[in-house]
Amino acid sequence: MFVPCGSSAPPVFEGFTLLLPAVSVGNVGQLAVDLVIFTLDMPKVGYFYTDCLVPMVGNNPYATAEENSTELSINAEVYSLPSKKLVVLQIRSPFVKNKYRSFCQTVLSWVKSSRCAKVILLSSSHAYQRDDQQLHGTPLRYLLSPAIQKTAGDLMQRLNWKEMEKVAAYPGVNDAEMVLHIPGGGITTLLFSESCSNEIQMAVLLKFCSEGDNIPDALALVNYLNEWLQLIKSEQNSDAPATPSQWKIPHSWRLLFGSGLPAALF
Amino acid sequence: MATFFGEVVAAPSRAGGDDDEEAAAEREETPEDREIRRELEEKREVHILWSSKLSASTGSFTDEQFPCSKFILAIGHNAVAFLSSFVLNSGCWEAIGSVKLWNEWCRTSNTTSVLPTDAFCLFYKLISDPTVLLCQCNCYVAEDQQFQWLEKVFGCMREEDLQVTILSTCPVTDYKTPESTLTLPSPFLKALKTKEFKESICCPLLEQPNIVQGLPAAVMSYCQVWQIPAVLYQCYTDVIKLDTVTIEAFKPVLSSKNLKSLVKDMSKSTEILKKLVTTNEIHNNIYT
Repeated sequence: MFVPCGSSAPPVFEGFTLLLPAVSVGNVGQLAVDLVIFTLDMPKVGYFYTDCLVPMVGNNPYATAEENSTELSINAEVYSLPSKKLVVLQIRSPFVKNKYRSFCQTVLSWVKSSRCAKVILLSSSHAYQRDDQQLHGTPLRYLLSPAIQKTAGDLMQRLNWKEMEKVAAYPGVNDAEMVLHIPGGGITTLLFSESCSNEIQMAVLLKFCSEGDNIPDALALVNYLNEWLQLIKSEQNSDAPATPSQWKIPHSWRLLFGSGLPAALF
Repeated sequence: MATFFGEVVAAPSRAGGDDDEEAAAEREETPEDREIRRELEEKREVHILWSSKLSASTGSFTDEQFPCSKFILAIGHNAVAFLSSFVLNSGCWEAIGSVKLWNEWCRTSNTTSVLPTDAFCLFYKLISDPTVLLCQCNCYVAEDQQFQWLEKVFGCMREEDLQVTILSTCPVTDYKTPESTLTLPSPFLKALKTKEFKESICCPLLEQPNIVQGLPAAVMSYCQVWQIPAVLYQCYTDVIKLDTVTIEAFKPVLSSKNLKSLVKDMSKSTEILKKLVTTNEIHNNIYT
């Protein structure tokens, strides 16, 4: 459930775009959301208090100075920027076993009750599971729920984006029945299909990637998102993607691969 | 993905294990699966058993909430031994309840006379001020049980200017620093506090990108969301078992506002501590 922080009037999200990540391969969605929050300097407006995620706490991951470094952060928090009609839910830990469906239901009922205009889910999928066609061209894909087709379908055509391909449900046996299959996408398929059946305007933006240093993947995904939402203006012209340096990297991304090495090792 | 030996294996993901199989399983559950899952959930339920003096209830929420102004929680055997030696030794405490839970790692015992090697989670109240509650949690509370533990324990409290103090330990190898953890002078204390906590803290704050997980994180999250002043003192140590050096690393916490008034007689503490640690050692020695 959403719990606002601070004692002032609870924030209103009517007509806003909700951006959230799927906990997926390479944590690309979560990294991309970190970039959005930190670059746009979005203030925290509340917590998403849930038993579906593994608990975790730490000090402010977006600290810029001594003063704001001691604010405690938890595993699911909500940030908002009314000037861009953007609300972001950041998820920082994996799901507790058997809690996928419960989380989907909680999030979607929150979307309905806060009357968000649309939901954008940032996700990723295992690169090694691509078929021959998918190995060529862009590794970025999108998906639109039927409810958002009318408003965003044309834009996708103009942007020349590629829709996520369906695969045969029973390959080799029956190629007629096609299903959506996003390996490594975590909650993506479930949340997308629930949105479709609940007539929620949802778009999924995902990138094919593998585990490793996923910062370049996050930058690619956030630039893909920016082509649509135009959150930051790129330097040269509006057609070129924003350069990586325009997205600010939070200090919590330090030591992503562990502590320094002991000198004695060498 | 293929390994160097040519075998095809499923690539492990930092994003969390068999999420696809899990999501698929959730979609295609049969009634038998649901029944098994329900029985397993029942087995893993967390029960709080309060003594008859407080309120006779084994359920999650009692009609009688007891007022609580201070909640001190020790998680893990070193933190538990610290409170046993320096706070509980004064004889002013009364055992009032215990947690009964089971998971793959432990089953808690119900008795109040426990050894440091037992798995237990016991509650004590200060006889002179029954709003001061202390919890010794020496058992592993699994991920899916942490929320339940939290809701049931805090659900029994009627907060009266509640202040929460948590003591916990964690391996020093989990600490992220630009230098190697080998050169760090461990054990050392780091703290995290919620927004409402305004008192001074006895050690430096835990810097980014370090995080805390497990039951301490669950309690801190609850306190942050519901605006309860709380502080967590996490001791980073390179010793896994019960160890006097690690336990004594918590000593600066005794000067904190919440614990200062509870420490009566420090002279006996070192003796009790030594006894606790040696009992544990003999217990673990397979040659006697």
